[in-house]
Amino acid sequence: MRYHQAVHEVPILLEGCAPIVDDRAGRESEGLLPSDLLRGGLELPDLPEREVVKHFINLSQMNFGVDNGLYPLGSCTMKYNPKICDEISSMDTVAHLHPLQDVSTIQGALAIMFELENMLCEIGGIDAVTLQPAAGAHGEFTGMQIARAYHESRGESRSEIVLPDTAHGTNPASAAMVGYDVLDLPSKDGCVDVEALKAAVSDDTAAFMLTNPNTLGLFEKEVVEIADIVHEAGALLYYDGANLNAIMGKTSPGRMDFDIVHFNLHKTFATPHGGGGPGAGPVGVKQHLEGFLPVPRIVCRNDMYELDYDRPESIGKVKAFYGNFAVLVRAYAYIKMYGRDLQHVSEQAVLNSNYLKQGLMDVFEMPYGKLRKHEFVLSGRALKKRGLRTMDFAKRLLDYGFHAPTVYFPLIVDEALMIEPTETETKDNLDAFIAACKQIMSEDPEIVRSAPHNAARRRIDEVKAARDMILSWRSYRGKKESHHNGQASTARD
Amino acid sequence: MQRTECSALMMSVLGIASVEELFEDIPKKVRTSGLKLPDRVEEADLARALRDMLASNKPVTEWLSFLGAGVYFHHIPAAVRSIVSRSEFLTSYTPYQSEVSQGMLQALFEYQSFIAELTGVDVVNSSMYDASTALGEGVLMSHRISGGTRFLSSKAVNPEKLSVARLYAKGANMEVATVDYDENSGTVDLDDLASKMTDDVSGFYFETPNVFGVFETCWKEIREIVGEKTLIIGANPLALAIVRSPGEMGADIVIGDAQVLGVPMNLGGPSIGVFGCRADHIRKMPGRLIGMTEDAEGTRSFCMTLQTREQHIRRSRATSNICTNQALLAVAVAAHLALLGREGLRTVAMKNLVNMKSLSSEIDSLDGYTAPVFGAPHFNEFVMRSPVSIDRLNEILRKEKIHGGYAIGEWFPELKDCALVTTTEMHTSNDHRRFIEALRVSK
Repeated sequence: MRYHQAVHEVPILLEGCAPIVDDRAGRESEGLLPSDLLRGGLELPDLPEREVVKHFINLSQMNFGVDNGLYPLGSCTMKYNPKICDEISSMDTVAHLHPLQDVSTIQGALAIMFELENMLCEIGGIDAVTLQPAAGAHGEFTGMQIARAYHESRGESRSEIVLPDTAHGTNPASAAMVGYDVLDLPSKDGCVDVEALKAAVSDDTAAFMLTNPNTLGLFEKEVVEIADIVHEAGALLYYDGANLNAIMGKTSPGRMDFDIVHFNLHKTFATPHGGGGPGAGPVGVKQHLEGFLPVPRIVCRNDMYELDYDRPESIGKVKAFYGNFAVLVRAYAYIKMYGRDLQHVSEQAVLNSNYLKQGLMDVFEMPYGKLRKHEFVLSGRALKKRGLRTMDFAKRLLDYGFHAPTVYFPLIVDEALMIEPTETETKDNLDAFIAACKQIMSEDPEIVRSAPHNAARRRIDEVKAARDMILSWRSYRGKKESHHNGQASTARD
Repeated sequence: MQRTECSALMMSVLGIASVEELFEDIPKKVRTSGLKLPDRVEEADLARALRDMLASNKPVTEWLSFLGAGVYFHHIPAAVRSIVSRSEFLTSYTPYQSEVSQGMLQALFEYQSFIAELTGVDVVNSSMYDASTALGEGVLMSHRISGGTRFLSSKAVNPEKLSVARLYAKGANMEVATVDYDENSGTVDLDDLASKMTDDVSGFYFETPNVFGVFETCWKEIREIVGEKTLIIGANPLALAIVRSPGEMGADIVIGDAQVLGVPMNLGGPSIGVFGCRADHIRKMPGRLIGMTEDAEGTRSFCMTLQTREQHIRRSRATSNICTNQALLAVAVAAHLALLGREGLRTVAMKNLVNMKSLSSEIDSLDGYTAPVFGAPHFNEFVMRSPVSIDRLNEILRKEKIHGGYAIGEWFPELKDCALVTTTEMHTSNDHRRFIEALRVSK
């Protein structure tokens, strides 16, 4: 085992900062603002550039990204992000555009967005796309608003969204945020229970949300029947695009008869995830829902791209302006780079996933069938016999220089380990991961339980974080002071 | 070993002859045969094609710009880009495995710390998508705090932001109504606010500076009128270097857009939504929070905390659906603030103010022009009334390679023939002169 993450002692930027001085009086003389509006002190550091850069570079060395190594975080599609896409998106002709410039001065930008919409239509098998949503969950929110507007336009007020119990947490949260009640459907053999679905839908069902392949990596084979059941009830079928990387060119949400689809450009289309964002979550719809998409729509008239706000049925806006443009440019470049070969991306992703699964089958149990798509879910139940839990195993993987898989999700698998290697990992990397997993199973359980040992930190106490609620330097300093004062008064007593 | 050889080996391990066999669980009825997309493109050709395509754009680095209205051209130290380009930050996911993610977690904690200091509230989450969705989330949180069926917003807010807020509010069966602005000062009309502040109202939102660029001067009276209901204040984080914070003004919730602190305009996205609140509202708050703790050896450490509010734990009962946010930009903001420091940030903010003063008075001295139209103190933008229609004026300015101010009559019909003109520390006196000259000629 040769992996060791860097460990630096990096003080918080405000640590040792000079105390705040209320310098309002000194600035009143400037006379540009009434004194009642003036700020008192401002606590910010005063460091030379050299020190700030050192601070952040040392911090970065205590962070693990895809560029560091295998990142098999299930449902997150942590593939390698080609550098050319970053380079293009940081050009002045992308970065320094103002959203309210006259359209004649942003024709190149609009052309890219227009073409990206068309390419996503082809990949998704749908008729129209909005690029406005900022992330996958925001796409779901948009999709649910579209469903609501659609039903309202037909004079119906449906109040319920149905989804399988294996759904990503964002699905029920997005539905609830739009004001819907959520009905969880228990799965059968890891897939949608078609009979239960039949019984669950009614004229109160607004939509059924599904990701296919699902979060177990299983393709929902009965998707045709599912679509029929949902549509017969007058409801819409919503596709959560988090798992699209498995099926490009093989099938499409549109072909499976989904009405609304969101794409995660920061998953399938290789835009870097940035430690939690920014991403982009475009939403596509079939023709009958096009009128409900957010405004503005990008249209092409006489070879000029324009922004069309005249869409009376539109749900309005889901965020300011046109979407996360700098992210869209990266995804556009990525799709152009692969073109029709995107189907090979999906083939390799599925091959890698099945190969990795095969190598781990004798290490862990795998409930619910063998053939998986881009990801698979193992049960770490066997670890319990050695007094260990899935989390211990995950933490130990960090010591081997691998990011851990997603753990404890989906909820229907006991001690779940959800693994998605993506297409960009080589066979050697997959073999090394398999070898590490086997090695860990033969290690002294105490070593595993106390992992990680080679990361920048040992096991971190999350319970203490929730109890102490130190969420800023301000609250840290406040708590430290009240602690000192408390001690001082105890001493006096 | 070549990639194809590896694939062949992997297939033999799986006992399959073709990768197609891995897709045989997809029913024939829904199968497609490939994608109707162009052929793949090599990197060199791709770079060339995209550069050419983008060359027709006129970025504000080529043309002089007086556009603002929520998105601003400010200087970003080169070190900011260098820092956020670090692969370890750029290519990481949400820091679920805290032990190998201390870099991101500490940087986000520092972002929360800086923004809490600037805004004067106790807690700040580690980001929302932008100011408009932050307002939407704020309205929903106001409903969790104060209930109600109606939320009030100052009318002096970008109507597109209000459109987003209205959509979010629908989820809680709330409508969003507006409170007039005083037509002389441009600030909140207190009488209108008082008359609309009925029992069914959940809370009130105002901005300082608002969409006309003016600071709200009657914040004390507003807090009094809003009483026990939720007060949301929108701020420009750069202006906060020199003006009183929303926390000091008694805000329950603070929102804003930190794009002004180290993030390029990017045609309006991605930017970064600020969201903070008073400590007693923490559990009703949306978004991700980073907390300080210790590891098994007692070393100071950071991790995501209070996750029981979030969608991956609480599902349909979460405070929000937000998962992916704008984390990398939060790192940019933290780096930007650290690089500028207290004096640097104040200097930039003052320069914006001074430039606004000089440009508005120069315009005001032009025959037929009025600037600023509103009387309250401004930050870095102002409404200008023009003797020429704004569309016509901006067309003339484009010939001079100038992006003129935004035709704010599009948003406020009563401000026909008015433009929202923005100037920042990026504008030199020569830039102002060019603009003034073009205005003079266009009349």
